[in-house]
Amino acid sequence: MAFLAVELRNITKTFPGVIANNNINLGVKDGEIHAIVGENGAGKSTLMNILYGLEHQDKGNIVIRGKKVRMENPHVAISHGIGMVHQHFMLVRRFTVAENIVLGREPRRGPFTDIRKGLEKIREISDRYGFGIPAGEITGNLPVGMLQRAEIVKVLYRGAKILILDEPTAVLTPQEVKELFLILRNLKEQGHTVIFITHKLKEVMEIADRVTVMRKGAVAGVRQTGETDESELSRMMIGRTVYLETGRKKAEKKETLLELRGVSLEDEKGVKALDNVSLELSSGEILGIAGVEGNGQNDLLEAVWGLKKTSSGKIYLMGRDITRLEPARARREGMSYIPADRQRHGLVLEYSVAFNMALGRQADRSFSHGIWKMNFTGMREKSRQMISEYNIVPGNPGAPAYSLSGGNQQKIVVAREIDRNPSVLLAAHPTRGVDIGVVEIIYKKLLEERAKGKGIILVSSELSEILALSDRILVMFSGRITGETSPDKTCEEELGMMMTGSISMQERQ
Amino acid sequence: MKRKTLMINLAVPLMAVLFSLAVGALFILITGKNPFFVYSILFSGIFGNLYGIGQLFFYATPLIFTGLAVAFAFKAGLFNIGCEGQLYMGSLLCAWTGCVFSGLPGLLLIPVCLAAAAAGGAAWGFIPGMLKAKTGAHEVITTIMLNFIALAFTNYIVTSHFFVPGTVRTPQIAAAARLPAIAGILPGFKGSSLNFSFFIALAAALAVWYILYLSRFGYELRAMGYNPAAGEYAGVDSSKMMIVTLAVSGGISGLVGSNYVMGYKYYFEQGFSGGVGFMGIAVALLGKNHPFGIIAASLLFGGLSFGSLLVNSVVPKEILDILQAVVILSVVVGNTVFSRILLRNSATGDDKPDTQRADAIIGEQVSREGLRRK
Ligand SMILES: Nc1ncnc2c1ncn2[C@@H]1O[C@H](COP(=O)(O)OP(=O)(O)O)[C@@H](O)[C@H]1O
Ligand SMILES: [Mg+2]
Repeated sequence: MAFLAVELRNITKTFPGVIANNNINLGVKDGEIHAIVGENGAGKSTLMNILYGLEHQDKGNIVIRGKKVRMENPHVAISHGIGMVHQHFMLVRRFTVAENIVLGREPRRGPFTDIRKGLEKIREISDRYGFGIPAGEITGNLPVGMLQRAEIVKVLYRGAKILILDEPTAVLTPQEVKELFLILRNLKEQGHTVIFITHKLKEVMEIADRVTVMRKGAVAGVRQTGETDESELSRMMIGRTVYLETGRKKAEKKETLLELRGVSLEDEKGVKALDNVSLELSSGEILGIAGVEGNGQNDLLEAVWGLKKTSSGKIYLMGRDITRLEPARARREGMSYIPADRQRHGLVLEYSVAFNMALGRQADRSFSHGIWKMNFTGMREKSRQMISEYNIVPGNPGAPAYSLSGGNQQKIVVAREIDRNPSVLLAAHPTRGVDIGVVEIIYKKLLEERAKGKGIILVSSELSEILALSDRILVMFSGRITGETSPDKTCEEELGMMMTGSISMQERQ
Repeated sequence: MKRKTLMINLAVPLMAVLFSLAVGALFILITGKNPFFVYSILFSGIFGNLYGIGQLFFYATPLIFTGLAVAFAFKAGLFNIGCEGQLYMGSLLCAWTGCVFSGLPGLLLIPVCLAAAAAGGAAWGFIPGMLKAKTGAHEVITTIMLNFIALAFTNYIVTSHFFVPGTVRTPQIAAAARLPAIAGILPGFKGSSLNFSFFIALAAALAVWYILYLSRFGYELRAMGYNPAAGEYAGVDSSKMMIVTLAVSGGISGLVGSNYVMGYKYYFEQGFSGGVGFMGIAVALLGKNHPFGIIAASLLFGGLSFGSLLVNSVVPKEILDILQAVVILSVVVGNTVFSRILLRNSATGDDKPDTQRADAIIGEQVSREGLRRK
């Protein structure tokens, strides 16, 4: 009998207060694409970190091709042909792609690095699997999708036969996801084994051969993708059926809350990130902004928020000119902002959950009494309330934010921003990297705010999200608004084509 | 997790001290002396009588100020290497005030002189803060450079304008401006230079602790130190914060003047500091940037400074300089090694000790500045 590529036997791992992995058994066959799905905090990353030697199991064994292995550290894993691509990339921004790939395994000629030999090998890998990476480019200048490919090539360069990808699609645009899947299929055809972590069931069905579902640190089941469907998987994942049906009613149009008139913005390199953007947001409205990542959606929100200075045009909030407002003022004027990158902008990871709940509104009475005194009691109370309302785990307001899983971190940000009771909510990718159960909560909250007459700008790369929530949809392409539509007049395919500029509004009509 | 961090924070400095004593013993052996004998002189000299304890506190006092100054800036993600310059400016202004306003009564003159010490240091911290906020000039460079300027400036003043002929010091400050010596109150401390400034240092530590951990200002300051982008998003005015932080940090350094000028010699003298401004960096490191840790670290380094005088007759006093250096080195190395052993979670655990955090912060600042320049 052929050995399994990877076998995890009875793996148990506890962190103070949580059982991250509880007696896990996992078998990955040679040459398959094996998906691992589960809610945030289900223990997927922990399990993979154990397999890669970054964490150490309390109990259980790791068996690679029939041989028991003690994964002391990643070097041991690499020597057994295991490679891992993390969700947060580990690349030196100022190096070229090639330098990053050979880093630590530089081909040598005498005492010198033989970069040409490295380049040859990289090119060969790149061609064989269709990566198409620009080996000579400075890493920092590349888009996220390309960085991820560089990470995968790096792992292959080190001779990995078993690849672990931890939520690789969370940061990608739909187009980039397609390209990644092509690469994964090539890898599989050429005999590699891929372990693919995600919480998007659609992707599982599309790319994986088999899938292991994890729930609350344990394995909830293993399925052949041909013999299951999304609804069964989602039941296994969260233990009940979810309805993302939003039950939207037509909102009656009322006053204009936010208005942009001819707003333009140049980025650091002088490229126009926003080009003459005009829009209106009414009360009780969710305005969806659809676009391929990097076409100005985030710049739009940051300009409104005051993080980026516009070069021309005006922004009005309830009739008042707020074009040059600083973020601190923006908050006082009644706006909230769920930023696209929660770890970079939305949270101070070293701070506790309670401290993060206060971030940006630390001057409110619930969080401080004037500049010289924090209100710890109020902060804890507020946090407890939001923790239970959003079901944030662990439910301890004193836990440092970095110890929470990504989905729970996101819940902190969403809870905080909605709790501020703004009249305008700017939401960038509010459900990115969040599992389906949490998506449900966040959708519900956004719709509640809308029902209260708030105005919401929703930027998302998930078209299904835009379609499910928006009253109106604006399409952005290279810094301009190139079209307007509404969910009942369009569908994902058409939106997708509008976003990539393949069809224009005129053609559509 | 918390408990493990606490364990590292206590165990590493403790091990470092023990280790450096062992290394010191080796060096003492090389000089041909008995380490036990030397150490017994050291310990009985410091702890054997009130005089020794008084000197220990006296030598610790300026280190508490400079350690606090470094830590305060560090918590905001800023590196203040300019304590030396700041304390010179503060002390000179303090001495000048104490001489010029000699007409004021003591109850008033003492606070005024303290304010002058803080203001002189604060001004010297304000400049790099301003430069960084307005032009992005890195504070490590500017604070170092300002040290030289402060040194040269004060030298010039006490050699050309405001000095007692034949010396390189200012005249003595008014009697009303002087802080009482402890020996004057508790005769047991007779001969010790310990003065009221020690309590000012303790109060400063308490104040820094309160500001950093219990005030909203401290909340915003540390948020900016941990994650500048999130701070900005949250509406913390980072330019203002940099300026205020470095000014306050400089002000704390300036208070060193309260010990030497107001409590010990009663005048400002060229080169009086003996490098306590730089020692502050080591103190902050050993004290883990926590005000109470800094008090403990100051006592250790203060004890070694005083101890070097005690053992000077037996072994070269450089032996104790070696001890100081070994303590610092072992803390730096110990942090990394110990956290690796105790916290085996390099994957997700981010409770990095401050030394690694420092690297992270430097990296972040550099890349942010790189972006701004483009
Ligand atoms: N270093 C750590 N310290 C404490 N708790 C942790 C640590 N890493 C993960 N956890 C906890 O373990 C659980 C599983 O986390 P994780 O494996 O990251 O989940 P997933 O990747 O499925 O979202 C979560 O409750 C998380 O908070
Ligand atoms: Mg994960």
